[in-house]
Amino acid sequence: MNGNLTIAMPKGRIFEEALELLRKAGYSLPPEFDDSRKLILDVEAENMRFILAKPMDVATYVEHGVADVGIAGKDVLLEEERDVYELLDLQISACYLAVAGLPGTEMNDVAPKVATKYPNVAAAYFREQGEQVEIIKLNGSIELAPLIGLADRIVDIVSTGRTLVENGLVEFERIKDVTSRLIVNPVSYRIKDEVINELVTRLSGVVSLEVK
Amino acid sequence: MSRLFMFEKPLGMRDTLPELYEKKHRVRSLMDETIKQWGYQFIDTPTLEYYETVGTASAILDAELFKLLDKDGHTLVLRPDMTAPIARVAAARLLENDLPLRLAYAGNVYRAQQREGGRPAEFEQIGVEFINDDTVSSDGEVIALLVSSLKKAGLNQFQVSVGHIGFAQELFKQILGTNGRANALRRFLYEKNFVGYREQVNSYSLSSIDKQRLLQLLELRGGEEVIGKALDIVEDGYGKESLIQLKELWEVVTDYGLKDFVKFDFTIVSHMSYYSGILFEAYAGNVGFPIGNGGRYGLIEKFGKKASATGFAVRLDKLLEAMGHQEVSNTVECIFFSQERRKEAFQLAETMKAEGKKAVLQDINGVKNLDAFTKKFANTTFLIGGA
Repeated sequence: MNGNLTIAMPKGRIFEEALELLRKAGYSLPPEFDDSRKLILDVEAENMRFILAKPMDVATYVEHGVADVGIAGKDVLLEEERDVYELLDLQISACYLAVAGLPGTEMNDVAPKVATKYPNVAAAYFREQGEQVEIIKLNGSIELAPLIGLADRIVDIVSTGRTLVENGLVEFERIKDVTSRLIVNPVSYRIKDEVINELVTRLSGVVSLEVK
Repeated sequence: MSRLFMFEKPLGMRDTLPELYEKKHRVRSLMDETIKQWGYQFIDTPTLEYYETVGTASAILDAELFKLLDKDGHTLVLRPDMTAPIARVAAARLLENDLPLRLAYAGNVYRAQQREGGRPAEFEQIGVEFINDDTVSSDGEVIALLVSSLKKAGLNQFQVSVGHIGFAQELFKQILGTNGRANALRRFLYEKNFVGYREQVNSYSLSSIDKQRLLQLLELRGGEEVIGKALDIVEDGYGKESLIQLKELWEVVTDYGLKDFVKFDFTIVSHMSYYSGILFEAYAGNVGFPIGNGGRYGLIEKFGKKASATGFAVRLDKLLEAMGHQEVSNTVECIFFSQERRKEAFQLAETMKAEGKKAVLQDINGVKNLDAFTKKFANTTFLIGGA
């Protein structure tokens, strides 16, 4: 079990890009991987086990040590503040966190409201701006909030900006650029140092190639 | 506020039922025994301390403290660790004539947490504090005792990663000069954010050699050979001094015959400002959180005495988790009696206890489901009816 590495992968959009990156790094992952509905996938040839989690939960699995390493968006790491090592910027799934709202609108003076999936990030951002706002936590379709008057602003992930445009919203401020990161449990980082060092070396090899 | 069900307990509080109690007791006794064999003296301190004294001196974050008020309006805390109370007692009562002092403890500590399950808010720590000896021998002794007591407790696979707070600190000072820039990097290490660390380093206008030196810090992990690599990137001064200490520490643990359990890791920054020298964390492969940690600290000065100290604390809950499932064999026997043979039963029980056995005396009329009750014992004897 000692050489075995458990990797928490985010389901959805990031999964495919992460998979591609791992393959480029020379890990042979079976083709049926891509459209499996299983939540746990064992790759015996590589001595690896993949668990498929909600992107927001990846850091949780890694912090508790049930996964040794994980691939998580910087947005998740900022929001969740989990005690994990952030070892490598994988430079995939690039997007950014931004403040958006209806064009030409001001924030409500008395009780400005911000709807978001990222209450901690949003609260920290507005506090740093010296603005006192009320945060409303939503779980999806955040763009709806300003349209029907739940909030003055939203804080959300923007990748192409199309969703904003299609819903008649504009971006006001850019908070932070987001890419996916390789994260590692602090105990695994020490106990499984050899396997993890190899993973980091191989991944950073392909990542730096991409950038150049 | 919703109405509480009668079975509920505050978040993070756990009951210790008989089976777990036995396991805890066994592990604790084994560790206690080892610690006593090394000549450490156990002490107890109160559960409640003043926030202004122990609370603020402790290494534990303010947000993690359980606070309450006494009738005079002083803020009290449930002790969040044992090191700060022991520093208080040591400074006030025990430190005489500048002699080395070896103290030990086993007690519950409290950390408020509001996040989720999986983290107890009350847990037991077993540990030692070795006060008033600033030699590397004392750092080595504490690490050796940590390893020995964990082995004695029955843990086979674990590792102690050792770092030195002075190395990174000095490297940053030599290259960056200002405290502000050094602190920024230190915070990234503390937050385990190597991506941020690298970005920060690359954002500074430094020679590429200096950048390389800062980036290499992240790679400084492993056995004895790491010291050599570290020597290449640091200049003379306190940074080198820290490496001399670690080199000596390696020799000390080698002489103890325990070097297989120890690795170096220069990226360990457990706390922003608490530790002052060699520091370490202990890991077992199957538990996601460190099972113990420790290091050299200057805390006692906050209590008015100049004394350097080192120590370790092991989390009993994590240690038990690391040891995995263990059969606790049930050795209790039961003697069922009725009025007629009561005296005989009592005598038999006395004999059994004298032999070191455990015996329950049970009036047969008190048991409604005899079959179910009998199953709870290793053995049963019936002394009932007319003899």
